[in-house]
Amino acid sequence: MDIHEYQAKELLARHGVHVPRGGLAYSPEQATYRAREIGGGRWVLKAQVHSGARGKAGGIKLCANDEEISSAAEAMLGRKLVTQQTGPRGKLISRLYLEEAVDIAQELYLGFVLDRKEERVMIVASAAGGMEIEEIAETAPDSIIRATVDPGVGMQRFQAREIAFGLGLEDSLIGKATETIFSCYQVFRDYDASMLEINPLVVTRDGSLVALDAKMSFDENALFRRPEISELRDKSQEDPRETFASDRGLSYVGLDGSIGCIINGAGLAMATMDMIKIAGGEPANFLDIGGGASPERVAKSFRAVLGDKNVETILVNIFAGINRCDWVAEGVIKAIREVGVEVPLVVRLSGTRAEEGRRILADSGEAVIVADTLAEAAEKAVAAWRSARNKKAA
Amino acid sequence: MAILLNRSTRVIVQGFTGKIGSFHAEDMKRYGTKLVGGVTPGKGGQTHLGLPVFNTVKGAVRETRAEASIVFVPPPFAADSIMEAADAGIKLCVCITDGIPSQDMMQVKRYMRRYRFEDRMRLVGPNCAGIITPGQALMGIMPGSIYLPGRVGIVGRSGTLGYEAASQMKALGIGVSTSVGIGGDPINGSSFKDILKLFEHDDETDAVVMIGEIGGPQEAEAAIWARDNMRKPLIAYIAGLSAPKGRRMGHAGAIISAFGESAQEKVEILKEAGVVIVPTPSSFGEVVADTLTRVKKAA
Repeated sequence: MDIHEYQAKELLARHGVHVPRGGLAYSPEQATYRAREIGGGRWVLKAQVHSGARGKAGGIKLCANDEEISSAAEAMLGRKLVTQQTGPRGKLISRLYLEEAVDIAQELYLGFVLDRKEERVMIVASAAGGMEIEEIAETAPDSIIRATVDPGVGMQRFQAREIAFGLGLEDSLIGKATETIFSCYQVFRDYDASMLEINPLVVTRDGSLVALDAKMSFDENALFRRPEISELRDKSQEDPRETFASDRGLSYVGLDGSIGCIINGAGLAMATMDMIKIAGGEPANFLDIGGGASPERVAKSFRAVLGDKNVETILVNIFAGINRCDWVAEGVIKAIREVGVEVPLVVRLSGTRAEEGRRILADSGEAVIVADTLAEAAEKAVAAWRSARNKKAA
Repeated sequence: MAILLNRSTRVIVQGFTGKIGSFHAEDMKRYGTKLVGGVTPGKGGQTHLGLPVFNTVKGAVRETRAEASIVFVPPPFAADSIMEAADAGIKLCVCITDGIPSQDMMQVKRYMRRYRFEDRMRLVGPNCAGIITPGQALMGIMPGSIYLPGRVGIVGRSGTLGYEAASQMKALGIGVSTSVGIGGDPINGSSFKDILKLFEHDDETDAVVMIGEIGGPQEAEAAIWARDNMRKPLIAYIAGLSAPKGRRMGHAGAIISAFGESAQEKVEILKEAGVVIVPTPSSFGEVVADTLTRVKKAA
């Protein structure tokens, strides 16, 4: 789960990391009011969306007076910001963050991630901050410092100190940098983060160390014990199709194609989407109904998939282990009768009680295209989608 | 004995008396698994499904000489249960639980290293379908009927995609020595490489099918190991050709976040290491059949 820059900064500031003075605004008036509160003569107005690369996309503006703040805020609010990371649909700007501008002497990079190879928290730092870490890895690979944390004892101060010296900072900054790195690690650990990135961490002209930007993501499996993090969820930053599904306990990812998928198991779901692509179609979504799915859950899945207006065909592919194909078939019939399915529907049932499931579909008299294998299911779905398209065109 | 599990492996269930634990315990017993008891703290001394219940894993091991344990404990307590098994002298632990925090798993893996290598428990999972040695024993949640006993090993992250592969093989009369689900989490007990090593040294396995997906470095690591060390044919499929970057596809670990983690990049790495690629998820059966025929001809 991602959070906003201002939320990440609040968390970090509470644990001793220095951040610029700033305030949140929902309107141009509020933004200019924030400027009075903060004081000074130069401010930075930042769109709060769950994405990096906001600057290049017009989501960050340096302002010198009320008029500039007001017109920049006017231009941003209510608009969708499209960055390199958001995809073409972009993300809605409904919150702005106004900060005092900082005189930058040097930009550094500081990141914390879960390293899957080492199976530990890894710290990544570089004196070449201000650009994306991928770019640093390409242009200045030798500047990158890495260290991993022993999960038994946690990060040690010497590790933070080594990084601070490794960044080539002046002696007067070593103590501050060590504290900053150490505090970030504590926030990462104490809140079950999966990613924390401060880019840039800046040395100011007056010799202090400030987190100018902050990005954080959290381990969704740990949210049950981090209610203060769960509260920071901002649904306006999510694909509405995904919010609808996740509110109903379904694992769903929205994509751009037109064949809706209802499948059990993440691996089989990905494989079925691949099969649709190989057969010449494009999947509209990833959806895993999980194990032990009731007819109600199957019907809910149909609602989630049909909520996407681009869906022109639905493919249900179930290989039941703990699931029961007869329940899934009942769910399919329930969905047809209660939700209404106006698009072609292809169903493949395999595994536990597959015979019973197929009989339920056949006896229902509903227009369901049945397939026996994965390949057949994908081919029939793509064929049905093509002919429905042609009919519409004609 | 195939790998990891056979008909004489003595198995206990952690989270035995819960709904999910009970359901699968019965299923495993029916399949032929030598189930000797279970653990639910506070219910020690009771009998459940005709088997003794213990308060602690140590107690269960003492009384039943259990050597393997399957964990159905809910996510907040699962890491604790795995560590309890490791400390009680269990040799093989399969954790089915989905949703364990990554930091808990980091601690579990660190904890397990406190034992000398020869005394160290082997963990499979979490968030996996478990292990089946067809015709002998089941320590997991897969439907036993889709596996034919035979001489091809299967190792995969996903449960249902593993079923798909096994049933395509069965349709062509090809059986399985052991199938191991290593799970969909970013930090797991056994990696692809760990399981490949076991299959390579198993006299009852002739070839191995590896079912990977997007995210993480384990498929590439396994391919490099196989290139340098494996004599048996390795056949692989990678799911997630159509998965976008940076989006989590169901499994906590199925996310493309770095170079080399997309399906296309992994397939390239595997090809270069000489692994036989299954091009589509509907061709597991035929590719395995072709590979076995080719190997037989060469021999």
